[in-house]
Amino acid sequence: MDMRSHLGRARGPGSTDNGVEHWISERFSAIALAPLSLWFIYSALGFAGADYATFQAWQSQPGNVILMILFLLAMFQHGQLGLTVVFEDYIQPVWLKNISVAIVKYTALLFCVACIFSVLRVAFTA
Amino acid sequence: MASSNRPLSPHLQVYRPQITSVVSIIHRICGVSLMFGTVLFTYWLTSAGYGPAAFERAQAVMGSWLGQLIMFGFTFALYYHTANGLRHMAWDLGLGFEMTAVNKTGMMVVAFSLIMTGLTWYVALSGSGGL
Repeated sequence: MDMRSHLGRARGPGSTDNGVEHWISERFSAIALAPLSLWFIYSALGFAGADYATFQAWQSQPGNVILMILFLLAMFQHGQLGLTVVFEDYIQPVWLKNISVAIVKYTALLFCVACIFSVLRVAFTA
Repeated sequence: MASSNRPLSPHLQVYRPQITSVVSIIHRICGVSLMFGTVLFTYWLTSAGYGPAAFERAQAVMGSWLGQLIMFGFTFALYYHTANGLRHMAWDLGLGFEMTAVNKTGMMVVAFSLIMTGLTWYVALSGSGGL
């Protein structure tokens, strides 16, 4: 039951009702990222400075394709959630804040799709 | 607007730096840096999607001294943000809130990140990497 008066509700914007979802999503992507990040660093040691053939041999193994796509999904999800919070904290004008958050979210989506496409292309042209 | 004249709470500059605050600020800086890192990461991975010539050009960019310096920074940021992220998970579970524990785990995060960054780059530069 809402205990606030109509006037009080109209004056104070109050909760946006979507904080919990953000918080939970940030935690779950973080839990996924902890092992995936270590896996990526370990893997990157193998293809640092390598030629295309070496990278393709690695990136076309099914396990590496699956883990790389999961890494990308968790990374961009977690990153856009985190940067959204930072923008909400530090950007004062509401219009600029909203535009910045939208740019971050859609850029993350664009990059994520581009990366997944590239992973698949490298894997399936092997 | 009802909120236009509300006072702001005291900001960072009025506080003396403490282990807790410095570790927390570095966490956020590392997080934002890593998100900038995804731009470079996307450049590198989409280059692979374009084919051998583009990929090997991207590999050369990453292998340049500037590229390696940036990668070194990202390595530290990734270890740090991961380790301190786990520290946050422990807090979410209600663990490690005592001041002695908070300070100790904060210093552990810093030490872990420095050591792991050093080890990773020792392996990378000595050319004995995995796979």
